[in-house]
Amino acid sequence: MPVVKAVTCPVCGSLCDDIELTIEDKEIVKVKNGCAMCESKFLNYNGKHRIRKPLIRKDGKLVKATLKEAVRKTAEILAEANYPILYGWSSTSCEATRVGLELAEEVGGVIDNTAVVCHGPSLLSVQEIGISSCTLGQIRHRADLVIYWGSDPWSAHPRHIERYTTFSEGRFERSEWRGYVAKIKASIGRKKIESVLRRLFLKKKPTVPSSYLEGRVCPTISREGRKLIVIDVRRTKSAEMADYFIQVEPNKDYELLQAFRALIRDQELDVDKVAGVPVEYLEEVSDAMVGCNFGALFFGVGLTMSRGKLRNIDAALSLVRDLNTRTKFIIMPMRGHFNVAGANTVSTWQTGYPYAVDFSLGYPRYNPGETSVVDVLMRKESDAALIVASDPVANFPRKAAEHLVENPLVVVDPHMNATAHMADVVLPSAFVGIEASGTAYRMDHVPLPLKRVAEPPRGVLPDEEILRRILSEVRKIKRKKQVAAEAQ
Amino acid sequence: MNENAKLQVTLLTGRTIEQGVGKERGKASMEYMESVSVCYMDPEDLRRLGVKEKANILVSTNYGSVVVKALKSLRTPHPKIIYIPYGPWANVLVDPETHSIGMPSFKGIPAEVEPALDKPLLNMKELLKEQFGKE
Ligand code: SF4
Repeated sequence: MPVVKAVTCPVCGSLCDDIELTIEDKEIVKVKNGCAMCESKFLNYNGKHRIRKPLIRKDGKLVKATLKEAVRKTAEILAEANYPILYGWSSTSCEATRVGLELAEEVGGVIDNTAVVCHGPSLLSVQEIGISSCTLGQIRHRADLVIYWGSDPWSAHPRHIERYTTFSEGRFERSEWRGYVAKIKASIGRKKIESVLRRLFLKKKPTVPSSYLEGRVCPTISREGRKLIVIDVRRTKSAEMADYFIQVEPNKDYELLQAFRALIRDQELDVDKVAGVPVEYLEEVSDAMVGCNFGALFFGVGLTMSRGKLRNIDAALSLVRDLNTRTKFIIMPMRGHFNVAGANTVSTWQTGYPYAVDFSLGYPRYNPGETSVVDVLMRKESDAALIVASDPVANFPRKAAEHLVENPLVVVDPHMNATAHMADVVLPSAFVGIEASGTAYRMDHVPLPLKRVAEPPRGVLPDEEILRRILSEVRKIKRKKQVAAEAQ
Repeated sequence: MNENAKLQVTLLTGRTIEQGVGKERGKASMEYMESVSVCYMDPEDLRRLGVKEKANILVSTNYGSVVVKALKSLRTPHPKIIYIPYGPWANVLVDPETHSIGMPSFKGIPAEVEPALDKPLLNMKELLKEQFGKE
C-alpha cells in the first residue's frame, strides 16, 4: 500500500507538514501523526455531504446543472452587479486567491477574507504598533516560556503545543510532556485525598477559586524547564496543562494587559485585584515573564473578539515590546484556517492591503469598518456575492447574513454547508491540499506546499481553475457589452 | 423545575474540538449540528435554572433568541458564563456591531437563559428556514 509522507494538513493555521497518509484503491484509509480534526478531514472529505454536480436555483429549488451553465450564470451575476462581495479565501490556495483578486478588480467589487471576523483587529494593530515575531521553529528550539492568551490550542490547534511549544522536543529546550503526566497523576491523587477528607470531616469546598489555589499548591514557576501560562475567561483543557492559569473576567483583558505592562516596569499597583485576579498572583507571573530567556505570547480570538478588540491587541503588542527591553520576547496571532495567513499575504502583495479591499473606484481602497464585508452587509449595499471556501451564513451575525442571502449568491465549495443551502449557484470544487496542490502560509508566515494525494470526483475542478473560467466569462460579457455600447 | 427561572449571563462563542471534527466531516452532517446546537453551562447555573443536562433551553440577547441543548461544562467554576460553539445557532445571538473596524462582537455578550422544555430544538434546515425564510 503506498504511503505518502510529509503531507501538509489543510485544516488549521498550524499547518503540520508531517502527516503520513496510506492510500488504498485511490482512497485514503489511514492517517498518521494528525490530530482528530486532521483525521476527520482526510477520512471523511469524500463522504455523503460532498457536492458532486453544479447546482442552480430554479423555482426556489437547487437543481443540477452543467459546469458551463453554472459558470455562465455566475459570470452574469457578477458582471451585472454594481457592488459585489467576493468573500472567503482562507481555506483555499494562494494561487486561487490571486485569481480571486483579479476577478474582484475586474468586477469592481469588495474582496474580503475571513480574517475580518477573526484576526482583522490584529492586522490593524500590527499596522499601528509593529510586531516582534519569529518562526515556529525558533520557538520550538528556544522558547522557555510560552503564553496562550484568549486561545485554547487544545481545541482549535490541537498539535500546536506538541509540535511547536511546551511539549515539543527542541534543540535547546526539552519537552515538558513527562512533567505534565506526573502533574496529572499528582492532581488525580490529590483530588482523591480531598474527597476522602471531605467525606470524613464534611468539610466545605474551598472558597478561593481553585485555579489560584492550584497555582499556590504547585509553585512550578520557579522550577527549571519550559513554562506554560494560559490566560483565558474559561478554564479550558489547555488551562489544565498550564503552570499558571489566569482566569480573567470577560471583557477585561485590556485592563489585565495594561496591569502587566506596569508590573514588568516594576511599578506598584494600588488595587488588590485586576480583572478579578489578585495582584500578588499577577506579580508572580510577571516575574516569570521578565525572568525567561525567550518568551512567546500566542494570542487568539479571545482578545480580538471581546470588548476593546484591536485595542486589546495594541496592548498585547506593546506589552511584548516592553518585555523586549528586559529579555527576548515575541508575539504571534493563532491563525485559525489553514491559509488565512496566505489570503492576507496574497492580498497585500497584490493590492497593498491584507483584507477588506474595495475595487469599486477602479483602484484598491482599504478602510475596515467601511469596506469590510460585515459592514457592507449591515448597510445593505452589496448586490451580489461570490463565496469561495467559506460558510458566512454559519459564521456571520444573523443580521449580516440576512442581507447576504437576499443577494444573488454564488458558492464555490467542496461540501454542502449553510451558505450553499441558501445559494443561487453552487459550484463544487476539489479539496485544496487533498485533490489539488497549491501553496499555503502557516501562522508564522512560512509558505508550505499543499499536496495532491487523491483524484477529485469526475468533472470537479480546483478553485483556481473555476475562478479562471468565471473571470474569462466575465471578460467576454463585458467585451460584448462594450461592443454593443460602441455600436450605438 | 422552576418555570419562571431566568438567568442573566455573559455569552461567549468559540471553537470546540467537537465542532472542529464535525465541520471537517461536513457542515451538513449530524455531528456538526450536534456539536454547535449546544450551550455549555456551569452545573450550578443549571441547578439554579432547575433543568437537567441535555434539556432544551432558550438563550436570548438583544439580537435574537434560539433554543439550544444545555450541557454541563467539564471545567468549572465559571458561574454566569455560558459558551456556545461557533455556528448558525450562535449567530442568532451575537452582536453585529463592528465598532467601525469590521469585526462583530462574538464574545462577552449579555444574555438571558431560561428553560424551554416545551420548545423544539430545530435542525439546520429548519433553523435556516426560520431565520432567513429560504430553503
Ligand atoms: S494541529 Fe491543525 S494542522 Fe496540525 S494536524 Fe491538527 S488540524 Fe492539522
